[in-house]
Amino acid sequence: MSVASTDAPAAKSAGAKSEVSDVVIRIAGNSQDGIQAMGAFLARLAGRSEQDVMTYMTIPSTISGGPSIFQVRIGTGEVVSSGDDADVLLAFYQHSYNEHIGALRKGGIVLYDSGHVTPNADWEQQYRHVAIPIAGLTVEAIGGTARDKGKNMYALGLVTKLFDLDVEKLRGLITEKFQAKDESVLSNAMDAFDSGYAYSLGHLLETFKFADSRRRGAKQVVMNGNEALAYGLVAAGVRFGAGYPITPWSDIMELLRRELPKYGGTFVQCEDEIASIAMALGASYAGRVAVTGSSGPGLSLKTEALGWGIMAEVPLVVVDVQRGGPSTGLPTNVEQSDLNIACFGGHGDSPRIVIAPANVEECFHMAIEAVNLARQYSVPVILLTDQAIATRIEAFPEPDLKSLVQDIAPDMSPVPEHKPYDLESPNGAARHRPPGTRILSGKYPIVTGLEHDEFGHPTASPALHAQMSAKRRRKLQVLSEALPVPPVYGGEDASVLLVGWGSTLGPIQEAVDRARAAGESVSAIHLRHLHPLPAGLGELFNRFPNIRVIEMNDEGVYGYGQLAGLLRARFCTVKIRGINKTDGLAFKVRDIVERIRGELADSLRKL
Amino acid sequence: MIAAAESKLNPENAAVTPANSDTSASESIERPPLTKKALVAEHPTWCPGCGDFAVLATYYKLIERRKVWHEKVATVAGIGCSSRFPYFVQAHGVHFIHGRALPFATGVSLSRPDLHVFVFGGDGDAFSIGGNHFTHTARKNVKLTYVVMDNQVYGLTKKQTSPTSPLGFKSKTDVWGAVDYPINPMKQAISAGATFVARTTHTNPGHVLEMMEAAMDHDGFSFIECLSECVEFYPGAFHDSNPRKGGRFNVVPAEHDVTDELAAYKLAGEPFPGHFGIFYQVKRPTKNALEAKVNQRLQSKVKGLSDLELMQQTFARLR
Repeated sequence: MSVASTDAPAAKSAGAKSEVSDVVIRIAGNSQDGIQAMGAFLARLAGRSEQDVMTYMTIPSTISGGPSIFQVRIGTGEVVSSGDDADVLLAFYQHSYNEHIGALRKGGIVLYDSGHVTPNADWEQQYRHVAIPIAGLTVEAIGGTARDKGKNMYALGLVTKLFDLDVEKLRGLITEKFQAKDESVLSNAMDAFDSGYAYSLGHLLETFKFADSRRRGAKQVVMNGNEALAYGLVAAGVRFGAGYPITPWSDIMELLRRELPKYGGTFVQCEDEIASIAMALGASYAGRVAVTGSSGPGLSLKTEALGWGIMAEVPLVVVDVQRGGPSTGLPTNVEQSDLNIACFGGHGDSPRIVIAPANVEECFHMAIEAVNLARQYSVPVILLTDQAIATRIEAFPEPDLKSLVQDIAPDMSPVPEHKPYDLESPNGAARHRPPGTRILSGKYPIVTGLEHDEFGHPTASPALHAQMSAKRRRKLQVLSEALPVPPVYGGEDASVLLVGWGSTLGPIQEAVDRARAAGESVSAIHLRHLHPLPAGLGELFNRFPNIRVIEMNDEGVYGYGQLAGLLRARFCTVKIRGINKTDGLAFKVRDIVERIRGELADSLRKL
Repeated sequence: MIAAAESKLNPENAAVTPANSDTSASESIERPPLTKKALVAEHPTWCPGCGDFAVLATYYKLIERRKVWHEKVATVAGIGCSSRFPYFVQAHGVHFIHGRALPFATGVSLSRPDLHVFVFGGDGDAFSIGGNHFTHTARKNVKLTYVVMDNQVYGLTKKQTSPTSPLGFKSKTDVWGAVDYPINPMKQAISAGATFVARTTHTNPGHVLEMMEAAMDHDGFSFIECLSECVEFYPGAFHDSNPRKGGRFNVVPAEHDVTDELAAYKLAGEPFPGHFGIFYQVKRPTKNALEAKVNQRLQSKVKGLSDLELMQQTFARLR
């Protein structure tokens, strides 16, 4: 917890009120306790209060129940990661207490349900314990026999009191959430919240108040990465999607199924992953870029049809919300181990575009970019996110929808003749005419997975296969030249350049901040375009003596992960090495800082 | 069973009117009617004598007769000899991957109610690698016509056992004769919930045309199994159904009730050569119509809002 005024003592006497600017709250319980809902209320409140927020959650892959956490970091400045250590731990059960006390910073506050948790005497010396019979008081507040229902709302009341949060705004959010349900649901939730808020913490410890936000005035929206991505697709004009249920992709599918019909579109739940990509390709072929998606196991199944999309040059957006693999792997954990299959998965030479957003806001904007790249280059685009971005909630400035919402309805005006696979195409892209288009020459095209001539007729001509392969490859070469080199975070030259992609942006930037604060010369760049890579990246790499690629995947046989492997192959330099992890959890800032210090102690130039 | 009126609720998503109702009068004056010549594309790569030629010739006749402009037709195929079909006709065509033509065609059908979608393929495509898709496209009653040219052998890969090869059929993968019990396409289609199930054979082109016309008029998933002899790898497979070769061509008995699922199933179980004609046909709302209904319901709540306004409204709730 960063205390806003530097002269404020770390711990104050009971009843006092300290100003804070950055707080990490970890809520630990079981997945059916509604702790996600509680966390979401806090996140949404932060969004409405012009604060920045980022959440982090773990859910069990069991069908019902099991230990689960929800961590919320709220700040009045910019929040880029969900935080290494918690300031407050809310523990509903003994196992929540035992498992998560380690995540609390020394001197942090643990609020625990004294009806369920027996505190440990040693830990009582290290952390500030506050015993509250949460479940019991909730039952008292709302009556009835539903023992465990509503205690999340009671706990929300407690946290509201502890941090002097805006009660009226929260009551508004609770009303919005529950008003569509049975009347008793809303009144129970409100009673539990009010009782929690009324509980007197004042005699137990000091309370806190957030400093004024530096973001004042910015209109923010609050959502998770899957929601942002799905809305991005809708804004981009996508009106057809097809998919098969798989964690953590299903939320996107469910949201599109609900939303698309309002826009005159549809989403089909298919019999399997292969049918989903086939159906989406069919809809794309019919004239309007469509979407399919999955997680790693599904992407494997889709690769044959993906190859068809590349060969036939039919645009498509394929979302891969990565989880731990291989095989069923870690369905509810995070990993960045699908990069290779995204870039190269499939038989034959099959150039496709791969892009990866780094936070929730980028999920929205890069979904639009994916659609536009697919159209511009007439090629499948893989949008690579991961479980961490998919499930975490962030507040971000409301996008300028007016300039972003686009119409991509197909043009079916008659044409004199039609040559879809023109070898002279400047960017290498095919130009398809959707079915329904009258072709006055009477020669109609076949869109095909066989190697073909410029009209789509099958050919086994060796020269044509070489020319068409070059044409498909040219798309990526043209795009590579057009891609800007990402900005350097930190300083333009440094002893070590950290390279990241995807959801590791926050911890990497905080690691740079922390290292530079300690006088160490560390910088970072974050890649959003992974295949092809921006052409100017080589010159940038030349400026740094050491490059470390931070990835949540295995360091592999030769000591570097998947992106590092790609970069080494591309730039032929042994100075590129990896910092990897495979525990299924997001990077902590200290993981990165300690690894750099350990490996590069001798070459870390002082600033 | 739901009444016919139900499926006509959504004229936009209902079957495409074969008479080009959306073509302006001036255009139809300017445009001479389609002839076979305008419909013929590349010369087929099939072996001389292949049964698929009869299906192709029938298709030309069908399109000519129904007066569908060729830009309003999409032909989709998977992989196999018969799946080369789209190359041989002048229409927007797709040569997709093995076994997945049905979901691809579903994507076309659902997003483009103005097109008539034909899917052509073989027994391997339909009942082996694409078996799952056959079941689900049938049960969803997607508006399209699926013609399976069943030759009971893998021809393109040169004589391996197919899912419809009869027991004892000697192939390169069953040199001693096939031991796996074959799939009965008619039973498969009926039990999967297909709403139009017909059987015909290449040796009776008039009958093929009759079935294709009925299939085209059917509002829903229309499936035709057309026996189509592979003269190279399974010659004589269907002689017993060809009167010119001493066989019998039995049409479905006049008293057969096409809406009686059990009777249809029974008909499908008869030993070769069995019967030819429409085994089963019922009216059930198509997926196209049901999805259109969902859209109408949801859109009525946001009437008058542009896409942008709709999205702005959603984002206002996310603040």
